[in-house]
Amino acid sequence: MEVMMSILIGMLFAGGIYMVLSQTMLRIVFGTSLLSHATLLLLITMGELKRGAAPILTAAGGPYVDPLPQALILTAIVIGFGTTAFSIVLAYQAYQTLGTDNLEKCRGIDDEH
Amino acid sequence: MLLFAVLAPFVFALLLIVLAKPIGNKIGYFALPIPVMVFVYFLLQIPSAAREHYPIYFASWVPQMGINLSLSLDGLSLLFALLISGIGSLVFWYSITYLDAKERLANFYIFMLIFMGSMLGVVTANNLLIIYLFWELTSLSSFLLIGFWYDKERSRYGAQKALLITVLGGFATLAAFGLIGQIAGSYELSDVIAKAALIKNSPLYPGIVILVLLGAFTKSAQYPFHIWLPDAMEAPTPVSCYLHSATMVKAGIYLVARMTPILGSTMLWVLLISIVGSVTLFWGGYMALKQKDLKAVLAYSTVSQLGLVIALFGYGSEAAVFAAVFHLLNHSVFKGSLFLVTGMVDHATGTRDITKLRGLSKAMPITATLALFGTFAMAGLPPFNGFLSKELFFASSLETINSSFALGIWSWAFPVLAVIGSIFTFIYCMMIFFRVFRGGPIPDDLPHHPHEPAKGMLIPTALLASMTLVIAFFPNLFAKWLLAPAAKAVSGSLPQIHISFWHGLNMPLLMSAIVIGIGCLLYWRLDKIRIFLAAMPGRPSANHFYDWLIPGGALVRFGGRVGKTHMNGSLRDYLVYILCFFMLLFWGTVIYKDIFIVRFDNLAPIGAFEITWFVLVVTAIFTLVSSKKRVAGLFALSAIGYSVSFFFVLFRAPDLTLTQLLVETVSLVLFFLSFKYLPKDLISSQLSKKYKLFNALISIAVGFSVTCACLIAHSNKFYEPISDYYVASSKILAGGNNIVNVILVDFRGLDTLGEISVIVIAAIGVSALISLGKKHLFKEDNKDE
Repeated sequence: MEVMMSILIGMLFAGGIYMVLSQTMLRIVFGTSLLSHATLLLLITMGELKRGAAPILTAAGGPYVDPLPQALILTAIVIGFGTTAFSIVLAYQAYQTLGTDNLEKCRGIDDEH
Repeated sequence: MLLFAVLAPFVFALLLIVLAKPIGNKIGYFALPIPVMVFVYFLLQIPSAAREHYPIYFASWVPQMGINLSLSLDGLSLLFALLISGIGSLVFWYSITYLDAKERLANFYIFMLIFMGSMLGVVTANNLLIIYLFWELTSLSSFLLIGFWYDKERSRYGAQKALLITVLGGFATLAAFGLIGQIAGSYELSDVIAKAALIKNSPLYPGIVILVLLGAFTKSAQYPFHIWLPDAMEAPTPVSCYLHSATMVKAGIYLVARMTPILGSTMLWVLLISIVGSVTLFWGGYMALKQKDLKAVLAYSTVSQLGLVIALFGYGSEAAVFAAVFHLLNHSVFKGSLFLVTGMVDHATGTRDITKLRGLSKAMPITATLALFGTFAMAGLPPFNGFLSKELFFASSLETINSSFALGIWSWAFPVLAVIGSIFTFIYCMMIFFRVFRGGPIPDDLPHHPHEPAKGMLIPTALLASMTLVIAFFPNLFAKWLLAPAAKAVSGSLPQIHISFWHGLNMPLLMSAIVIGIGCLLYWRLDKIRIFLAAMPGRPSANHFYDWLIPGGALVRFGGRVGKTHMNGSLRDYLVYILCFFMLLFWGTVIYKDIFIVRFDNLAPIGAFEITWFVLVVTAIFTLVSSKKRVAGLFALSAIGYSVSFFFVLFRAPDLTLTQLLVETVSLVLFFLSFKYLPKDLISSQLSKKYKLFNALISIAVGFSVTCACLIAHSNKFYEPISDYYVASSKILAGGNNIVNVILVDFRGLDTLGEISVIVIAAIGVSALISLGKKHLFKEDNKDE
């Protein structure tokens, strides 16, 4: 299972990076979302999979799956949502202001000379 | 007390920042007492320093790295400290009248105080790294003061030049100190001196010498690094007097003197210093004669005189070191007073051009008298102090002929250069006095009508200039209390030298006679010589190299070109650099540490269910990457998001499943809500095949790296997971059954607070961006109407 998950995570990363490297704003927003999904799976896979029950204490007692990655992921999901929301609005605002969604055209101001 | 004397200027500089506004243009009167008090404190230390019961201060700062705030005030430190605070007092006093009330007075006095404090720090510090710290502070304050009139282009040029050259030297010094500290095992000066033999026998010794001297020579404006000093004359004249003739440029000399017990009396040390010093003495004198600006003459003259003192320290004998310390004091006195005189001339006439000034002694008799003191002392004429030290200088230069570092016939070069350099000195001194103050009626075309300057400038100058006579008539008093203890700190033994005007007929006197004789002869034909000299080249000079390299020059252009090739403004390219770097880091570590171990024995089982979802997610990834319509892309993305929550179900994470489902749904809604305002297409411009292929390669490489990282991390578990602690103590310590929740709200509650803050910041960012957008839209609406 861990091997399969590793391959899946690699593919999610590859897809996310490919999206982010392209020039269009919306693709970059989608790409970052994809990357955050990949990270979530990466975190849970690192804690060894399916080695016990859900980490809620019961009278029967352990073993439980590793609770720590789950706590991390819970935080990550929420922050991921925050960044996604922010990047949507950023893309919208940049698109409105600059009149283009092509990042190759947004190279800053030439302030050197 | 010693600590306070050194830190007082810094403390008061801070105070002045606060008080500048309420005090207004009377700020000089508030700054003046500080150098005076410090001067009085150091005066009181003279008896104890002479008896070698000098005050010390010690406090650990970063003991692990050998950095201690340790100060000590031996003879050498005291001599410098007295010069710094004494001349500092006079210069502060002088500046009150010299500077116009409209100038940025607060800046001026604050910079001056910072300078004074750092200079005192350099000379009293007993730890190499503390010396370095204060050393760089002097460079910095010098930069600020040279650029005091920063609206002038030449000031900025001079300030930048001085900073670059002296900081370059400072950097070399730091490297040298590091090496010394490594060898000696301590940065405390007293410890290092005890290990001098160890350092001298080290194979690194030549490197250390060169690095130390690079620092000393850049700071003390030795050939070929002297080029910054003439340009530093763009500073106000009190600054030129204080920093660039009396004190800061002597920091290099101080370093040479301090390092002599550690690095000195080897062939390399003696020859390098004597030769550079002698060449500088000659070259500075030669260049001084070519100048028209009175301050430029004095600047090159300073270069030349610093060369003289450096050469004396290079000779290294007990008598030479004594002469060096003596001339150091004398030079500060006469050159300082000459700079102050120049300031008064400039103030009174509005020009410093030697070719325009004439006969000022009629209008400014007192100033002329003070100028006479200064110039005659510098020329080495009796009965002024310069005569005494110059005689000692000649005697020491003759000693080198018989020194142990026999250079054969070449050792005659030292006395010969000494005489030639002194002839130049003699001529330009006479030129300053007889051209500017004598030589016919006052010309009518001066910008201002010359008049005697105000008392506020005259009295400090007179005090300093009269010292030329005081020292000359009571030389042995100064020798006993100040100079001999200073010389002892360098050469290790207390010199028994009796100074007097008349030593009988001997070689030094003959050399003086030669200097005066030839000097008078040449002065007689001065105009012709100056025409001749003007035609002579000012080369070889490092100025051409500096100008080629720095200000908008080769280095800047080269840097610009290098920057443009990779910093091209494309975010995508930057991202590629970052990704490549991380992959390099990852694979480099994997190969270097040889940790590519993947084991397949500790795996969870896979069912048909999992494989189905795997195929589904992979399909969604390809759909997303290749979709041209944004709705299709969004559905693919959501499919992946919901699949993640399904995986959470499989992996026994109920909380995650719920949260992920919720967030995924909200995200989907958010995307749909904002679709109206977002770009219509996923692909706005057709990309070339090559470009896409390259992106694909990079992303596949990253994906592959991540997969490998996952497998390696899974196969190599070095430590027991810390989660066991949470499982065990969730109920006992926090009273909760849901371990994940307990971790979030209890064990790692502060982290959760941080997470909430991030969300708040994101929310503020979102709302700010949206309100910005409203304004933007509103403007466009107006335009339409």
